[in-house]
Amino acid sequence: MTVRAEPFVVNLGPQHPSTHGVFRLRLTLDGERIIDADMVMGYLHRSMEKLAEERTYTQNIPFTDRTDYLAAMTGNLAYVIAVEQLCGIEPPERAQWLRTIMCELQRIASHCMAVGIFANDCGAWQTPVMHMLRDREKVLDLFEMACGARLTLNYMRIGGVSRDVPPEFMPAARKLIKELPKKLNEYEDLLLENEIIVERSRGIGVLTPEQAMANSVSGPMLRASGVAWDIRKADPYAAYDKVDFDIAVGVHGDVYDRFVVRLAEMRQSVKILEQTLDLIPDGPVHAQLPTATVQPIDQPVAPLAIRPPVGEAYGRIESPRGELGFYLVSDGSPAPFRFHIRSPSYINLTPLKLMSVGGTVADAIVILGSVDIIVGEVDR
Amino acid sequence: MLSNGLSVTKIITGLDIAHRIEQMFPAAVEDALPEAATVTPAQLLDACSFLRDDPELKFEFLSSLTAVDRLEYFEVVYHLTSIRLNQMTAIKVKTTGRENPRVPSVTPIWPGANLQEREAYDLMGIVFVGHPDLRRVFLWDGFDGWPLRKDYLIGPGGRFPGLERFPGESPEPLGGRG
Repeated sequence: MTVRAEPFVVNLGPQHPSTHGVFRLRLTLDGERIIDADMVMGYLHRSMEKLAEERTYTQNIPFTDRTDYLAAMTGNLAYVIAVEQLCGIEPPERAQWLRTIMCELQRIASHCMAVGIFANDCGAWQTPVMHMLRDREKVLDLFEMACGARLTLNYMRIGGVSRDVPPEFMPAARKLIKELPKKLNEYEDLLLENEIIVERSRGIGVLTPEQAMANSVSGPMLRASGVAWDIRKADPYAAYDKVDFDIAVGVHGDVYDRFVVRLAEMRQSVKILEQTLDLIPDGPVHAQLPTATVQPIDQPVAPLAIRPPVGEAYGRIESPRGELGFYLVSDGSPAPFRFHIRSPSYINLTPLKLMSVGGTVADAIVILGSVDIIVGEVDR
Repeated sequence: MLSNGLSVTKIITGLDIAHRIEQMFPAAVEDALPEAATVTPAQLLDACSFLRDDPELKFEFLSSLTAVDRLEYFEVVYHLTSIRLNQMTAIKVKTTGRENPRVPSVTPIWPGANLQEREAYDLMGIVFVGHPDLRRVFLWDGFDGWPLRKDYLIGPGGRFPGLERFPGESPEPLGGRG
């Protein structure tokens, strides 16, 4: 005989370490089983889309650092790709390669956090995440060399990147790339067979390939469900068409596979970086913007305003969390008429109820950890 | 195909997709531009299930759903991706006027529209008829107004949003929209 208890509501968050920021999950429980999950968002809503309509295209680049603040490079790149589509600007070759290098370094840094915090959620309290943070710091050191910032980087520019990397960047990057595979071996030895992680994550939060695609899930979550879809391969941007790498794909679509896919992607990022550091050509890092879209301004102190022609563009890239897209509408003025961010963290939450209903409270925590949300990107 | 065997996403223009939809539903297309085809709200769901299920289109993945305030009316923009055929297209729906904008919800076709439609409702005030759970998502219940609309005033003094001119720019028009 099953005993049914009175439905009971538990608020997970907004201040709770496992919600990865200020995100609240309202769980309705029947005993330990989840019967309903409701997401409450907006604690970090800064109305970026409205603010961006008041600023010029160049002034909007720093906003894109502050959406997904653990992957500022990819946020920058998706936005400038959308503006370049709108204006028809082609960045020079070296800028494309620098963009590829920065995005892959960013993917390693971001997945370090994702995997480390996921281990935290599973109960491996702080030790794995400290190891991961140690390696992430080294990537941030490289970013500091390239653009002076560690978190909100503001490195990409419309038509290229803000500046070329200093001479000491390439040797330092090579040194890091040489060290990383050893560290990845260490993490795999430490975590992949770890009984607590396996027991808590295998078979939990399963999404079939059909469910994942229908729910617009993208990134490592989609690939963990067995769908080999990666925009770097399917629709190459920057210099991804010139490098060789594999798409990491899972089988079961459960929480464990998402974690394995992220670890495997870090190895593929190292593989891409090895090639880019050898193949990167010399040359300018910023395109000459066409005069039709840049109007000279009579006051020499004022920067140039980019005025894209009337039209619209949807630029998308593969961010560490999935398909990051920017939909821009231009009316010919120096500010976008509409600025919309298709953020993977937000849309990957769509099947959260589907994944967690029927599980336990402990499952909800690892499921949320496996989605790898960044609340700055969820709420914008 | 690129030299190393990689493919590039095929973009199906709004004109082509409008032609395909018209063959199935002759009265469904309102307008077609290279960026996107505009579908009538009455036949949106028919057109969308056709786009999802047609063997040559197979748009099973709703990439992005968003709304734009076009001053006289609102439009909802759908960016669709076919993962199996690696192609992309965009369709739009226009509302009639600014008062009480209503558009059918595509959640029965793409469950991934759920949160995105809630966001468009929350910030632009578009009612998606048939949505299972249409509530505010970022703002609190009882918030007055729809912030992403162009007539929503921001800042002290009620400045009208939208930058006409770059700060410090000459008042003489230099091309573009002066």
